[in-house]
Amino acid sequence: MAASTFDQQTKVEKLQTYLRRFYRWISRPQVILSLIMLVVMFYMVIIPLYRMIVTTITVSDSDLRVLKDANIGDITWYHWLRMLTSKIAVIMTYEPLLHSLTISLGATVLALAIGGLMAWLVVRTDVPGKGIINTLATVPYIMPSWTIAMAWKVLFKNAKSGGTPGLLEFITNQPTPDWLAYGPFPIIVSSALHYYTFFFLFVAAALLSIDSSLEEAGELSGAGRWRIMRKITFPLVVPAIASGFIMTFSKTMGTFGGPNVLGVPVQYYTLSTMLRSNTGIGNYGDGFVLAIVLILFAMVTVMINQRLVGTRKSYETIGGRGFMAQKMKLRNFKGLFTGIMVVFQFIIAVLPLTLLIWSTFMLRTGDYSLNNFTLAHWIGKGDISINSGEPGVLLNPRIYMGAWNSIKLSLFTAFFTAFFGVILGYAIVKGRGTRLSKLVEQLAFIPYVIPGIAFGAVYISMFTKPVGPIPALYGTFALLVVVSVAKHIPYSSRSGVSAMLQVSKELEEAAAIAGASPWQRFKRIIFPLTSTGFVSGFLMTFITTMRELSLIILLVTPTTAVLASMTMRYIENGNEQQANAVIIVLIVLVLIGNFIISRFKGGSLKKGLGM
Amino acid sequence: METTITVKNLTKKFGTVVAVNNVSVTVEPGTFLTLLGPSGCGKTTLLRCISGLEDPDEGEIYIGDKLVYSHVKGISLAPGKRDLGLVFQNYALWPHMNVYKNLAFALEIQKLSKDEMNRRIKESLAEVQMTGYEDRYPREMSGGQQQRIALARMLAYRPHVFLMDEPLSNLDARLRMDMRTELKRLHHVSGATTVYVTHDQVEAMTMSTNIAIMKEGVIQQMDTPDRVYHFPATLFVADFIGNPKVNLMPGWVSGKDTVDIGKFNVPVSTLNQTGDVVVGIRPEDISISAKQEDDGVEFTAYSVLPSGAETTIIARKGDTELTVREMGVSKIKMDQKIWLKFHKEDINLYDKASGNLVNG
Ligand SMILES: Nc1ncnc2c1ncn2[C@@H]1O[C@H](COP(=O)(O)OP(=O)(O)O)[C@@H](O)[C@H]1O
Ligand SMILES: [Mg+2]
Repeated sequence: MAASTFDQQTKVEKLQTYLRRFYRWISRPQVILSLIMLVVMFYMVIIPLYRMIVTTITVSDSDLRVLKDANIGDITWYHWLRMLTSKIAVIMTYEPLLHSLTISLGATVLALAIGGLMAWLVVRTDVPGKGIINTLATVPYIMPSWTIAMAWKVLFKNAKSGGTPGLLEFITNQPTPDWLAYGPFPIIVSSALHYYTFFFLFVAAALLSIDSSLEEAGELSGAGRWRIMRKITFPLVVPAIASGFIMTFSKTMGTFGGPNVLGVPVQYYTLSTMLRSNTGIGNYGDGFVLAIVLILFAMVTVMINQRLVGTRKSYETIGGRGFMAQKMKLRNFKGLFTGIMVVFQFIIAVLPLTLLIWSTFMLRTGDYSLNNFTLAHWIGKGDISINSGEPGVLLNPRIYMGAWNSIKLSLFTAFFTAFFGVILGYAIVKGRGTRLSKLVEQLAFIPYVIPGIAFGAVYISMFTKPVGPIPALYGTFALLVVVSVAKHIPYSSRSGVSAMLQVSKELEEAAAIAGASPWQRFKRIIFPLTSTGFVSGFLMTFITTMRELSLIILLVTPTTAVLASMTMRYIENGNEQQANAVIIVLIVLVLIGNFIISRFKGGSLKKGLGM
Repeated sequence: METTITVKNLTKKFGTVVAVNNVSVTVEPGTFLTLLGPSGCGKTTLLRCISGLEDPDEGEIYIGDKLVYSHVKGISLAPGKRDLGLVFQNYALWPHMNVYKNLAFALEIQKLSKDEMNRRIKESLAEVQMTGYEDRYPREMSGGQQQRIALARMLAYRPHVFLMDEPLSNLDARLRMDMRTELKRLHHVSGATTVYVTHDQVEAMTMSTNIAIMKEGVIQQMDTPDRVYHFPATLFVADFIGNPKVNLMPGWVSGKDTVDIGKFNVPVSTLNQTGDVVVGIRPEDISISAKQEDDGVEFTAYSVLPSGAETTIIARKGDTELTVREMGVSKIKMDQKIWLKFHKEDINLYDKASGNLVNG
C-alpha cells in the first residue's frame, strides 16, 4: 500500500486524485439531475426575468418616436420615469396598483372567511352533507376562474354600462346599480367564490392533523372553548391559513379573466388588465414596468407573510391524517348551517353554470324570454348578424382547433411537469442537506410568487430571438408549453418531493447494495413506488393548464389560441353567448380529461389535492 | 472464500459532528465482529462507510485485497461492487415485490440463469426456514418473517461479507432470542466475515467472535467477548459492559499492591502505578459471607434482590455501595452484617486521569 498520505503523491497522482473525486461527485445521480435542473430553470426563469428587466431600460424602435436622439439599444430610464413619475403614472400605474391590491386583499379575506368556516364545519361539527361539500370544493379546480364572473355578468349587468340588461334588471325592470354590476365589488366576490377552495383544503387538512388530545388537554386544564380555540387550535392552523393566503393573494394579483370581464367595461383597470392593454399595442417597455411592479408587490407580500408566520412553513401544506377529533354538536343550528351550505353550493356551482347555459340559448343578449330562444350559438351555420358570422360552437372549425390546442397544451404541460417532478423530487430529496439541493429547491420556488400574467409577460421578451441552443419561440405553440411548464415548476417540485419522501431511502440503498445501477434503481424501485403520486400530479396539471388564462393571454396568437383565450376574445368582441358556450365546452373537456386520467393507477383529483 | 476487511484512519463528519473519528480496524477472515456502543456513537456510520452507502472524509478501506475506498487516491467503489450484503434495521424489503422477486432482484442483475436463480432462492429460503413463502408480499408477513426474508435476500446472492445494522431491534424479546441462535448458526455454517451493529450488549456477547466498543466515533477496545468482559480496556468499557454493572471505586495507591478506598483497602497488583486510581470489580468476583472472616471487609446488606438463578445483593459501607452477585438463592437478609472478600486476580485497576486499564 504505497502512497497513503497526500504529500507523498506526485503531481500526476494528485491530478488523478482530483479528477477521480470530481468524477465521483458528478456521477452521483442526484448531482447530475440537480445540475440539469439548474440549467433548465436558469433558462426558463432567470434569463427571462433578466431579459424583461433589460427591455425596460433599453431603447426599442417604437421608442424612437419619443426619444429622438437615442439609438436602438441605448440604455434609458424613459419607461420607468414615465410609468412611475410622469403625469400619466397615476392612471397607468398607481390606480391599477391600488385596484389590484384592493381586489387581492378583498378576495383573499373573503375567501379565507368562507373557506375557513366551511373547513371548520366539515371537520369539526356534525353538519350533514360532508361528502357533497368535499366534492364541491373541487369544483373551482374544474371551472375556469372567470366562470363566476361571466355568470355574474349575465345576472347583474345593466343596460347603462353593458349595453343590454342582465337577468335581474330584466325581471325587476329596475336598473341594477353600477357598484353591483361592475367594478371592485363583483370582482372581489366572484374571485373569492372561486379561490375559497384553497383555504378550505388547507385549513381542513390542518384541522384534521391536529391531535385532539392537545385540545382535550386544554379542556381538562379548565380552559373554555373559546380560549382553546384561540390558544391551541388557531396557532396550529396559522401555517395553513398562511399557505392559502400566499396562494390566493398571488393568484388574484395576477388574475386576468375576472377584471377583464367585470372591470374593463367601466374602465376599472388592474395591473393585469393594464399590462395587457400596453403589451397589446406593442408597448413592451411600459408593460414590463407594470409586470415588474406586480412581481415586486407579490414577492413583498409573500415575504411579509412568511416573516409573520416564520420560516418557509407556510409554503408546505400540512399533511397528516385524521386523529379523530371530537365533533361539535350544532343542535338547533344544524338546520341553519345546512341551509347556508346548500345555498352556498347552489351559488358557486349550480347557478353560474345554469346562467351560462341559459345565455347560450339566447339569440339577442338581454332578452330572457322564451321567444328569444335559439340554437344558433351551438349549431348555427354562420349568420353574419350573429357572432360576427362565425358558425355555432359545435360546427366551428376554430373552436375545434382551440379545443385541440387546449388538450395538446395540457397534455404536454402535464407530461413535462410530471417528468420534472420526478427529477426535482429525486434531486432534492437525495441531496438533502447539500447546498446544491437547497439551491435547486429555492430556485424552483421562484415561479410560485410571480403572478400569472406577469410570468406570461416575462416570456414575451424571451425567445423573440434565439437564446443559446433554443430557437426563437415567440408566437409558437412551444412557447405556451414552455411557459406553462415553467409556471408549474414549484408544484412539480413540491409533489415530487412529497412522493419521493414516501420511499424510505433504505429501499433504494438495498438495491444499490445488490448492485443495481441508478437507472435500474429508478426503474424498478423508485418509479413503481411513486407513480400513483405522479398520476395525481399529472391530472392536477392537466386540469389547471386546461383552464389557465392569465399565464398565456399575452402569448397566444390566432393560430395558437386555446379555448380559455378564445372566451376572452369573444367577450371582447361582444359575442357574450358564444364566449359562454366555449366555457361550457371547456368545462366538459376538463371533466372528460379528469375521468379518463383518473382511471390510471388510482390517481385522482382529490388525491392530487391531498384530500 | 474468506475475506479480510481493513479500515485505516477512517473519519466521517456530518457538518461539525465527527461521527467516526480516525478509526482503524482489521476484521480477520471469518470473524463475527460486533460494533457495540450507545446510540449515536457512530456504529451505523462506520458500517455504512464500509458498505459504500456513505462516503467518508478521510482514510482507506480494503475489502479482501481490493481497495474500495481511499481518500487520497480519490477512489470509492459503488456499494454494488464491494461484494457485500447488508441487512437493514427496518428490513427494507421492497413493498411492491413479493418474496420471490425481492430475492431475485440481485440475481437478475448478476444475470444468473433462471434455473440457477430458482435453485438459489429455494436454498436461501430454506436456510432461514421460510420455504413456501415465495408469493407473499412483505406486508403480508410478520416482523420476524420479514426479518428472515431480509436475511434470505442477502444470502441469495452470496456476498463474501455480511453487514447487519441492528437487525433484531424491531423484534420482540422472544423472537430476538430465536434469531440470535439462527444468526449465529448462519455465521458458523457460512463462515462469512460479518460486521454486526447493535447497542444491545447481550446480543454482542452471545453472538460475536470479536467486539469493538465505540464511544463518540472512536473504538475504545476491540477484543474477544471474554476479554472485553474480564479486562475492559477503559473505564467506559468496564461501565458499559455487564449487567448488573461493574463496581467502580475511586481510591489511591497506599502501599505495594494495596489501594485505599477510604474506609477499607483492596488488594491489587498495582504494577508501579501511583496516585489516584479507580478499582473495578465485577459483582460475581466478590465473595460474600454472613460470618466474619479474616480478610473480609464488613458491609451491611442494604437490599437483597433474588431472581431465581442468582441473587443480587446491594452492600453498603459508609458512602461506598457495591453490587454483589451470588449464584442461586442467597441466605442473606436485608440489614444484616456481611463480609466481602475481593480476589486480587479478578480486580482491574484504572488510572483515574486517563481512564485506562493499568494492570491488564
Ligand atoms: N445523515 C446524517 N446527517 C447528519 N448527522 C448524522 C447523519 N447520520 C448520522 N449522523 C450523526 O452522526 C452521529 C453518529 O450516528 P450513527 O452512526 O447513526 O450512530 P449509531 O448508529 O451509533 O447510533 C450522531 O451524532 C448522528 O446524529
Ligand atoms: Mg444506528
